[in-house]
Amino acid sequence: MRRLCVALGAIALAVSAFAAEIPPSDRRSGYDFMSRETRAMQDDDTANPGMLSVLEGGTLWTRKAGGAGKACADCHGDARTSMKGVAARHPSFDAARGRPVNLEQRINACRVDRQGTPPLAYESRELLALSAYVARQSRGRPIEIAVDARTQPFLDAGRATFHRRQGQLNLSCSQCHDDQWGRSLAGNTIPQAHPTGYPIYRLEWQAVGSLQRRLRNCFVGLRAEAYEYGAPELVDLELFLMWRARGMTFEAPAVRP
Amino acid sequence: MRLAAAVVAAWLTVGVAQAADSIPQSLTGAKGDPARGRTIVTNRHVGLCLLCHSGPFPEERFQGTLAPDLKGAGTRWSEGQLRLRIVDSSRINPATIMPAYHRTEGLVRVAPAWRGKPVLTAEQIEDVVAFLMTLKD
Ligand code: HEC
Ligand code: HEC
Ligand code: HEC
Repeated sequence: MRRLCVALGAIALAVSAFAAEIPPSDRRSGYDFMSRETRAMQDDDTANPGMLSVLEGGTLWTRKAGGAGKACADCHGDARTSMKGVAARHPSFDAARGRPVNLEQRINACRVDRQGTPPLAYESRELLALSAYVARQSRGRPIEIAVDARTQPFLDAGRATFHRRQGQLNLSCSQCHDDQWGRSLAGNTIPQAHPTGYPIYRLEWQAVGSLQRRLRNCFVGLRAEAYEYGAPELVDLELFLMWRARGMTFEAPAVRP
Repeated sequence: MRLAAAVVAAWLTVGVAQAADSIPQSLTGAKGDPARGRTIVTNRHVGLCLLCHSGPFPEERFQGTLAPDLKGAGTRWSEGQLRLRIVDSSRINPATIMPAYHRTEGLVRVAPAWRGKPVLTAEQIEDVVAFLMTLKD
């Protein structure tokens, strides 16, 4: 009996020291941890506040802008076909920059390079609207992140950030999201941190926000220095999280508590 | 010479006791205040304890389920053992998720507002320990 306990203890220690990846059959979207009311709000397009942002994005999609006098639609046509699955495979490698870029950066690249307009600021109403509109076209599609020799180092960097203890509270993301998911952190159920629905409408914000905003919230919770919006470290973390959620169903615009 | 050896021996014993399982001496040299300790423990932004722990706090609606219930902590542990667990739980369990409440070294990317500061001051640690000692089964 004593022996068994020691052995079990050793196993428990080993597990917590080297947080194992969540097996595919156990992976759950944040949606699955929400109350019935919040799920109903996400499911009903007329009740989901994120849909207002999608609608606004649809208007911006066809609005001509910049020196080139071109709208997104002039080059990309009907987003329902041209943008299908696009958000579900971002961040993706951008040859010109030599690194992965997220959806917001991809949209801003088109604004600057193709439309000749200044980039939109992170969390600006317009950038959220355009990314919500593009993301909406991936709803129901599986997350597909292509990993090759070019993206591997960035994926590894994101993974390292996820597993590094940080902040005054000295916790890693993995210690909560791989090891403690489903348990209650002062009444909030800890989800698995799969970015299946961004941009989201978050009840706590009473607003739509990007994945980077959500990530920065968790850094602040650890009393860690949060990376600036658009920082390569955050994009690498996004890449890792999307890869970690590969195969899961994309559900933007999601609602979260 | 004899005296010096005795002092070294005493220091070593304290050191060993501390490394083993306990910090027997008060960090401030004084006893803490259990009433203030209770306020710290139940405050989500100061003690943070109820993020992870539950405890005998009927007025607190939201408590954590990541850690043992604090009820009976003063029976299970001595004052020195509690002090060590609050000061730096990782000295007992390196893989622990419980933050080290009175340590500033070995931390990474601490936000500027908290840099160089422990989560709780020595006085606050003593208050928390004094309060936990009142949690008898
Ligand atoms: C002048 C033409 C043009 C305009 C205007 C334009 N884009 Fe693009 N966009 C492109 C081209 C060409 C590509 C693919 C090549 C590349 O990666 O740059 C692209 C790529 C993209 C992608 C990535 C698609 C994928 O399959 O990975 C997104 C998302 C995107 N654009 C969004 C937008 C949005 C939103 C707007 C309006 C704000 C816009 N674009 C305006 C030409 C344009
Ligand atoms: C102490 C536990 C804890 C740690 C450590 C932690 N988080 Fe979280 N995280 C949470 C909780 C709790 C929520 C859900 C909040 C809510 O529902 O209000 C959450 C939510 C999230 C979500 C949103 C998931 C969704 O369904 O949309 C992401 C993404 C996330 N965290 C990433 C991270 C990253 C990255 C780190 C490391 C920098 C991290 N978290 C560290 C507790 C934690
Ligand atoms: C991030 C989560 C977390 C926070 C915050 C936290 N603890 Fe803990 N604590 C734990 C865990 C988990 C254990 C179990 C032992 C281990 O894993 O190290 C523990 C163990 C303990 C123990 C010994 C266990 C027992 O049998 O009673 C005491 C006492 C304790 N904590 C008190 C506190 C106090 C007081 C605070 C606030 C000042 C606090 N903890 C904050 C996670 C936490």
